[in-house]
Amino acid sequence: MIAFARDFKKAAARVTADLKQRAFIQRALGGYEATRDTTRRKFQNWSEARQAASEIKWEAVNRLDKYLQEFIAKLEARGTRVFVAADAGQARDYILRVAKENGVRSIIKSKSMTTEEIHLNDALEKEGHSVFESDLGEYIVQLRHEAPYHFVFPAMHLTREQISDLFQKELGSEPTNDPEALTMIARRVMRQKYVEADMGISGANFAVAETGMISITENEGNARLTCALPKIHVALLGIEKVLPRLEDLALFLPMLATMGTGQALTCYNTLYSGPRQPGEVDGPEQFHVVLLDNRRTELLADSEQRDALHCIRCGACLNVCPIFKNIGGHSYGTTYQGPIGSVITPHLRDLQNWKHLSSASSLCGACTETCPVGIDLHHHLLQNRHNAMREKPHWWEKFLYTGFVFLMCRPGLYRVAGKLGAIFFPLHKFVNGTPLDPLQNWTRTREFPSPARESFTDFWRKKKLNGEGNHGAH
Amino acid sequence: MKVSLFIPCFVDRFYPHVGVSIVKVLERLGCEVEYPEGQTCCGQPAFNSGYWDEARSVAEHSLDVFAGSDVIVSASGSCGAMMKVFYPELFKETTRHFDALKMAAKIYEFSDFLVSKLGVRDVGARFDGTVTFHDGCHGLRELGIESQPRELLKHVKGLTLIEMKEAKTCCGFGGAFAVKFPTISTAMGEVKCASLLETGADCVVSNDSSCLMQIQGMLQRQGKPTRCLHLAEILART
Repeated sequence: MIAFARDFKKAAARVTADLKQRAFIQRALGGYEATRDTTRRKFQNWSEARQAASEIKWEAVNRLDKYLQEFIAKLEARGTRVFVAADAGQARDYILRVAKENGVRSIIKSKSMTTEEIHLNDALEKEGHSVFESDLGEYIVQLRHEAPYHFVFPAMHLTREQISDLFQKELGSEPTNDPEALTMIARRVMRQKYVEADMGISGANFAVAETGMISITENEGNARLTCALPKIHVALLGIEKVLPRLEDLALFLPMLATMGTGQALTCYNTLYSGPRQPGEVDGPEQFHVVLLDNRRTELLADSEQRDALHCIRCGACLNVCPIFKNIGGHSYGTTYQGPIGSVITPHLRDLQNWKHLSSASSLCGACTETCPVGIDLHHHLLQNRHNAMREKPHWWEKFLYTGFVFLMCRPGLYRVAGKLGAIFFPLHKFVNGTPLDPLQNWTRTREFPSPARESFTDFWRKKKLNGEGNHGAH
Repeated sequence: MKVSLFIPCFVDRFYPHVGVSIVKVLERLGCEVEYPEGQTCCGQPAFNSGYWDEARSVAEHSLDVFAGSDVIVSASGSCGAMMKVFYPELFKETTRHFDALKMAAKIYEFSDFLVSKLGVRDVGARFDGTVTFHDGCHGLRELGIESQPRELLKHVKGLTLIEMKEAKTCCGFGGAFAVKFPTISTAMGEVKCASLLETGADCVVSNDSSCLMQIQGMLQRQGKPTRCLHLAEILART
């Protein structure tokens, strides 16, 4: 059980020791912050936009039953097949069945974190289907057999040189430092895959209940090809992606782009409403929408933390998180990294195995401050800590805090303890920094302050005795 | 104005001069300062670790100690935030909820008290040197304190304020986080220190001694001469 926490600490230690990687990530996200700020200023009133977005998501999430039914009915009316999957296994099985029934061999995918969540690629490959990621960043991490580093920028940790080396090794291309040339290498491979693919799998950024459409935001045009070229299109999305009205996109599309990448709008924003209709000349013959619960309804039932379902996966909280910037995305070991990942992973997987992510935070609140839909992220981390300890307290922590209460509710005893600590503290120098040092988790990298001989309380008592009293100077 | 001081446990023991400086400044401004001696800790360590029942017991002690106070001034934004923001949360649906709300309404972080409650910007201080200011996250984001300490610093004679790039980035302290995840905490501290050293300022000033404990601990280990001072220590100098 503690294994996940141990892996996390090990991975975090590895990355924090890698000064080059940390500087690289800090620099990349510094650039993001600058462009995001410029773009955000184009909103007439950002705080009102945030408020509006939060209210719309609140409405959607709190009336999810109604909006999901509306969404499904509208989709089905245009011939889309909708499947509601209770968990990852059901979602995988459905998609595998569709692939099998249609004799699918080659599958092309556009970027989808929800497919990562259910480990779809592994399942498809195990059944003999070849799967290709068409988003450039995703394609790069797929070639490296790696998980995405960041759920918006999957390959942000790699330099151009590393990508060039990878392409040389995997695709036999010539070395190059030019991003455009690198893109062209991937593109040449990818175009062939599009032609061969008989199934396209995508995610969705939003699901519009009013019109029964899914909305996909992208910059490369790869999602359009994925959804339009193969004869079958499968879209997998979490049930919380629903927005009540089409006009809501007028707020959410620019908001997602601004906070996600710092763009006013991404290059392509497309709505998909069904398979090829009679009389139409292109588009997929089959369109399947798989709605994934996978414990989201449990989060929905949690009135304290329900707003975590407001998330639009813009990644803004990762980009400002000092923890993420210093430990990188892979350390988390989760599908969703950063603050939102630390908040929802204990709900989507399980609390006891993933509670360490909520503890691994200084609770600085930079995430909450930036979240465009107003999720109270760092307070949810506190709530997770509370829930975890309520369910299963650590015996030594319970002991520690029982003593803490005993002492703090007895001021006289507390003062004596403080004084004794100050008297004996000089002995600490004999163990300072050694394995015997009870403060070693602090002193290994930092100096620990010496307690003062005279505490403030001592000072105050003396001051009173000296008759200076507590009168003002005037 | 009669003011009750809240001197957090670690300030009482490790940084008593911060409390002494606050008394000096408040008395200079004509406040009648009192210090309820029964005070101990706000309960934040237990609260942040998820032990809310234990935190509630300690918090209840604080509610009792400060029950008779009209205005409370906290030497730390973080402990102030605990009392102002988290007590009402902690006592929700308990018989002490009203008391917690009452306390929340009368507690101020030190710089916020001077600027927002007393309306003072120039406290008559003098400090010859360059300083950079570090925003404690709890003060900044839970209490919304950003301009107040800067206003006060700008009115100190002889002082030049140089903003660092990462002023609002967490120093990595985070209470128990600093010892539960020391490598992450240290990495965050390194970023902070690099940013404040870049300004070349003589001093780093903050309104939270807990952040300064982290920053000072790291600077000392790195052998840097930059001094760490609480805002009150600057304002107390004449």
